[in-house]
Amino acid sequence: MMLLAVLSGFLLAFAVPVLCRLAGSYVGWLLALLPASLTVYFASLIPAISGGETLLFEHQWLPGLGITLDFMVDGLSLVFALLISGIGTFILIYAGAYLAGHRYLARFYVIMLSFMASMLGLVLSDNLITLFVFWELTSITSYLLIGFNHEDMEARKCALQGLFVTVAGGLALMAGLVLLAIMSGSYSLSEILSSDMALHEHAFYTAAVICILAGTFTKSAQVPFHFWLPNAMAAPTPVSAFLHSATMVKAGVYLMARLNPSLGEGELWSQALMAFGAATMLTGAYLAFSSTGIKKVLAFSTIMALGTLTMLIGVGTELALTAFICFLVAHSLYKGALFMIAGALDHETGTKDITRMGGLRKAMPLTAAIACLAALSLAGLPPLFGFIAKELLFESLLDSPLWSAALTTVAVAAAVLIVGVAGLVAIKPFFGKVGNTPKSPHEAPFGMLVGPAALSVIALIFGLAPFLPEGALLQSAVSSVNGASVETHLALWHGVNVPLILSIGSLVLGLSLLSGWNRLQPSIYAINTTAARFGPEAGYFRFMEGITIVAAWQTRILQNGVLGLYLLLLVAVTFGLTGFTLLTHHGITLTLDLTDSHFYEWGIALLLIVAAIFASATQSRLGSVASMGVLGFGVALTFILFSAPDLGITQLLVETLTVILLVLVLFRLPEFVNLSSPFERYRDLAVAAFAGVVMTLLILAAQDVQYFESISSYYIENSAPLAYGRNIVNVILVDFRALDTLGEIFVLSLAALGVLSMIKLKAEDQYKP
Amino acid sequence: MKSNTLILHTAALFIMPLQLMFSVFLLFRGHDEPGGGFIGGLVASGAFVLYAFAFGSEATRRILRVAPRDLLSAGLLFALASTIPAFLAGQPMLTAHWWELPLPGDGYLKLSTPLIFDIGVYAAVLGTIMTFVISLMESDE
Repeated sequence: MMLLAVLSGFLLAFAVPVLCRLAGSYVGWLLALLPASLTVYFASLIPAISGGETLLFEHQWLPGLGITLDFMVDGLSLVFALLISGIGTFILIYAGAYLAGHRYLARFYVIMLSFMASMLGLVLSDNLITLFVFWELTSITSYLLIGFNHEDMEARKCALQGLFVTVAGGLALMAGLVLLAIMSGSYSLSEILSSDMALHEHAFYTAAVICILAGTFTKSAQVPFHFWLPNAMAAPTPVSAFLHSATMVKAGVYLMARLNPSLGEGELWSQALMAFGAATMLTGAYLAFSSTGIKKVLAFSTIMALGTLTMLIGVGTELALTAFICFLVAHSLYKGALFMIAGALDHETGTKDITRMGGLRKAMPLTAAIACLAALSLAGLPPLFGFIAKELLFESLLDSPLWSAALTTVAVAAAVLIVGVAGLVAIKPFFGKVGNTPKSPHEAPFGMLVGPAALSVIALIFGLAPFLPEGALLQSAVSSVNGASVETHLALWHGVNVPLILSIGSLVLGLSLLSGWNRLQPSIYAINTTAARFGPEAGYFRFMEGITIVAAWQTRILQNGVLGLYLLLLVAVTFGLTGFTLLTHHGITLTLDLTDSHFYEWGIALLLIVAAIFASATQSRLGSVASMGVLGFGVALTFILFSAPDLGITQLLVETLTVILLVLVLFRLPEFVNLSSPFERYRDLAVAAFAGVVMTLLILAAQDVQYFESISSYYIENSAPLAYGRNIVNVILVDFRALDTLGEIFVLSLAALGVLSMIKLKAEDQYKP
Repeated sequence: MKSNTLILHTAALFIMPLQLMFSVFLLFRGHDEPGGGFIGGLVASGAFVLYAFAFGSEATRRILRVAPRDLLSAGLLFALASTIPAFLAGQPMLTAHWWELPLPGDGYLKLSTPLIFDIGVYAAVLGTIMTFVISLMESDE
């Protein structure tokens, strides 16, 4: 059931092109049925989880490699699964309206559903490798979605940037996960989490933490990797709302929360999370306040939220983890809603620029109301859930065992800026003077409003009755991040205390900042352009340029297109190393028993030698190809003589086809000329002779050495009883080692596609030397 | 490129169907006797290459009916499809499944996932070589 739930997104993705044709403009509603039913399914697990259980669903995948498709559901993963499927439902409906009539709507839904399924797989996986596979799938689907408007050069560039940053982090993450598995002795998360080993005392701890954090920081856009996230706004708005606010960027946060019970005891972990989180929080809040495009504003405020979440995991007290879960839920709700509102504004007014919007509340009253509700939660005002989260944030920072004063100061500064940001998205566009927008605005369609409305109302309900989500799920989620069960006490009203005073103070300061926003813009702009020249994004571009330069250099040296050189290097290195190993490990054997050899064997050997010499000495290409064919047939004969008919037949057929292919190519080659100098020819001869000598010695040595027990007796014995086949070669190919064959036919196909594109490109004369 | 000799034309017309039948024969008997998908695929491509030499690439495309590239992907899909039964049964990937269907008379039809896999190999090999040959021939024209 769980397996189906996770993979259903991929399955439905296959049917999308057909469904799009059948359902027409209702396709969004139709497809939303899947995440909606997933939400119901996940919700049905709540009772068990809130009772403190952890559910394990076991499925084998590649048992030989210890890779399973086990899924683990506890409080944390269930919160994420519900957010993904719940918000996903509204996003699919919304996208149907937002992209109505788009040429590539079907393609969009295919990628979107695959993304949703990958994300579910990520948060539910119990196996580290499976988790990593899903992690990379989210990077790839996100790349496709950011570059969805692929005719736009800018979109392609941004998509590639997001891909490079997250995949580079992904590589580090893989190393980190492997280290984690070595340290704990298991690839299963549930086993790692339930073992009471002191991982932070292990020698690999520092390396593992650095590698894992490199992965999560890039994915969750922490400073200094934050620059890719705002650029990802090149994606259509439903994508931004889903991937870059509610889900994908939270994957990193999820993994940190997931591993917190195991890794959180080390100082490196908590200090790194606090430092980077706090820096990200402040940077994000400042950049959000200083942007003018509505999607950029929201993107930077997402960075601020991601920083806050990271920092809270780092603080790590029970209070901080409670704040973490509440902030996570609150942020997903309001940010999903606000992004969809931003899309509606863009869709109806034709611009993303806040400075051009104003007074829209008359034209779009419903949108305005929803935006205000969601923005209240963003600003952290009662009675919304965002308020509870922010109060908890302040309270836990005041209570932090480490760096309490510094973190609180940073958090208050960020809160001030975020109040301003909330004003930017809710007050500026809808109130004040009527702006001058490219399109004359009117109310957004129903499909675009139902999502944000539902999410804002949920935030309101959670704010008014915090015991609802708390009892159902949040408490067990906090417990799973903490690693031991936690009692939480959420309430809207805590009485007059320090956090409340900080909240009021930040509200007042934020509003006064907002009123001065227009005047501050020019100087902020000047600061930002100067900073951009030295910022991490400039570093990214310099790094990418560096890679291109190195690539160009090594291509010039190693891959200069002279095939003879490739061959020379390949042969020299391979046989040099083989010869070295042979000499050092075994020595030279020169004994050869020729007593029971037959005269026809001598005949074949002679034929082979003559053909080889002729092939390398002749001036005629056709003659050379033909003698290569003779050589091949001679080898085939040898196979047949030593009773390997399968190999013989294959060799024969391959030789025939090779000769045919070579003949086809021969026609297009220029006249034969001697281009190489005598020195080069003698050098090549020397290398070739060396290779031949090493190979001969190797075969002589192989006769009386056996390092391992041969596996062929196993195949011979078990081929018929286990695989019902008497032809061992074929049984090995399609049964015993079918995975290898599968890999080989994929390689074969890639080679075919490579040849095809090479020939086609040449035929169109795209690249003239 | 196509040849205009009558002998080759006539021979190709006779040999090709025989060779194709032989390739299928090799494919199906491969589990017990020399043969199998790889060899069968090579023999079948030999048949089509012969046809291509006699009648040109355009005619070969027509008689193949599908683009060689699609043959390639069909082969990969077949091979992947053979993993589904084991997956559904919760067994390790590529675990073989066997079905014996009684035939009229007292024969049995032995079907199995390795056979489906082998058909995939056959199609992939055929697709690869036909992609090579046809694209090479077409770049001449």
